[in-house]
Amino acid sequence: MAAGLGAKRLGKELSKISSSLPPGITLVSAENLEEWFLDIKVLDQNPIYAGETYRLKFKFSKSYPIEPPEVTFVKLSDRPIPMHPHIYSNGIICLDLLGSQGWSPVQNVESVCMSIQSMLTGNTKNERPPGDEEFVRANRLRPRDIDFYYHDNTV
Amino acid sequence: MDSDEDFQSTVSSDDDAMQDTDNDEMSGVEDFDAFDDEPDEEPDLGPNKIQRKRIAYDISFKVYSPTDIQAHQDEMMDEVNMILEMRKEDAAILLRHFRWNKERLMEDYMDKPSKVLEAAGLGSSTINPPRLEFIPGFTCDICYEDDDGLESFAMKCGHRYCVNCYRQYLTQKIREEGEAARIQCPSEGCGRIMDARSLDLLVTPDLADRYQELLNRTYVEDKEILKWCPAPDCENAIECAIKKKDLDKVVPTVACRCGHRFCFGCILNDHQPAPCELVKRWLKKCADDSETANWISANTKECPKCNSTIEKNGGCNHMTCRKCKHEFCWMCMGLWSEHGTSWYNCNRFEEKSGTDARDAQAKSRVSLERYLHYYNRYANHEQSARLDKDIYTKTEKKMVQLQTASGMSWIEVQYLNAASQALQTCRQTLKWTYAFAFYLARNNLTEIFEDNQKDLELSVEALSEMFEKPIAELSDPKLKVDIMDKTSYCNKRRVILLEDTAENLANGRWTFNVDLKSLAPVSSGRK
Repeated sequence: MAAGLGAKRLGKELSKISSSLPPGITLVSAENLEEWFLDIKVLDQNPIYAGETYRLKFKFSKSYPIEPPEVTFVKLSDRPIPMHPHIYSNGIICLDLLGSQGWSPVQNVESVCMSIQSMLTGNTKNERPPGDEEFVRANRLRPRDIDFYYHDNTV
Repeated sequence: MDSDEDFQSTVSSDDDAMQDTDNDEMSGVEDFDAFDDEPDEEPDLGPNKIQRKRIAYDISFKVYSPTDIQAHQDEMMDEVNMILEMRKEDAAILLRHFRWNKERLMEDYMDKPSKVLEAAGLGSSTINPPRLEFIPGFTCDICYEDDDGLESFAMKCGHRYCVNCYRQYLTQKIREEGEAARIQCPSEGCGRIMDARSLDLLVTPDLADRYQELLNRTYVEDKEILKWCPAPDCENAIECAIKKKDLDKVVPTVACRCGHRFCFGCILNDHQPAPCELVKRWLKKCADDSETANWISANTKECPKCNSTIEKNGGCNHMTCRKCKHEFCWMCMGLWSEHGTSWYNCNRFEEKSGTDARDAQAKSRVSLERYLHYYNRYANHEQSARLDKDIYTKTEKKMVQLQTASGMSWIEVQYLNAASQALQTCRQTLKWTYAFAFYLARNNLTEIFEDNQKDLELSVEALSEMFEKPIAELSDPKLKVDIMDKTSYCNKRRVILLEDTAENLANGRWTFNVDLKSLAPVSSGRK
């Protein structure tokens, strides 16, 4: 479809966030216009997240920004998955602005990071969503589905 | 099981479709009489016709094509547009906002126009109609494009984006997400709804078609008296004024022009004579594992001490629970040590400790047997109908063969068609009579019902047998007359049964062994 739309927009977003980002958010890598990684920290003294850094992965479809990006937390040796009643232990985030209903094309990578940051800041519950274990187990096939989906879109 | 049943019935109803035009249940009696050779039937026909004008199980409904649905919407929009003097697009948005309740719209609008407009996404109106504009120095917040020749658009909320982004946004919403009536401004948190005129400006014709289709859908979905025909690929909607609270009194079977017959109350395939709630209960009962539990209670006992479930698969009455080593008598459930020397022959039958356990078990066993009695008959008709799934093609082939074998004309072999159809509809009805009967309490009415059921069943089986005869025999004119008579008889029996049940249902004369009214909590409790 309009490869130009997403590309130009992502290019501009990248040049902006490469030069400046709000405190606590850093760009890790953006080697192409499909997948970016950013780190976020929770700035206040919330004991659940103190001293930790979390890694976010953004995946953009060809229809970005009309479609929301897929945003998940990634687990690395020094990057845990934050505890939150809306974040599953496999890194999937349940946040309405990342769904097609809550998403607005005016949103961008920076605003999504800030939303997630504030979602963590305001949290007081050191717990996973109900049914986390089951969800994580049942969802094992999902990455493949998503690959397929992207594949389909690029054809 | 559910889906199987649905599939099967859809097929059979589709079969109906091909010939149903002059043959549905309302006119069935008269039609078959027209085929009838016996003249002594004729005099009865006149009074019957008058009497049958309002058949107890018949409800009135209308079928609307997509064009009709569009016309209805236009009519209402015109009316609102005339009375409230607003643009037709706005009238449409308001109507959709009020779920096509015109009266409420008028009332609320007269009362507080600005509040209503705001709530419907039409707030803070200015006079200018929406248009595409070139604005120097404009940057689109979606694609970050800032070329000078960038055409942009904004609704009255003032959130401006380039036309290209708008088009993509709408394509996404309409094509991928199936939204139509409530597409909001792309801006975050802006609740303004895209109106028809803005859409005209922005969408390509192919998208507009899809958009219109989706809008039509909301019209039907918003109106309680309208429902889509659930048959695959059918675009019609049915209007029926049946109220939800009356569903324990009527079984509102409607027939779409496509031939599909379904219940307006629950959208399932025709399930006369059983009311919707019984059907729901029955299907649930058949589908879930409550019957497994019933089997367990009918065939096992619980250890009186530790409550482990025990199935006795042989041997004597001296039971030793494998788990807690409790020793008891299988017959009376009492302590084995109290049995004294009456080994292997329990004579403590009147002992209180044992009677309760035995009563409960006997009850459960009887109830299971009762269920299986009805279920087996229900399933049998379902299966027969499934076996008859290709009956229409079979019939067709037969009719062709018969024409060549006997030299009969096409019109002369139509009686086979009529017979095949009668078999299908009657089996569908019979199937549900068993679910219905399962929930009936025993009384005189039930007995009459069972007689009717038996009559219909016998005639259906007889017809089925004749119908299966080889071509050589079918060409015998005597058999043809027999089949025609039997077909007509089956249809009559069906009408009689349905009339009887529907009348008693309408007058609340049936006694059910479940409470039809108290069903809502059951279904919600399951979720």
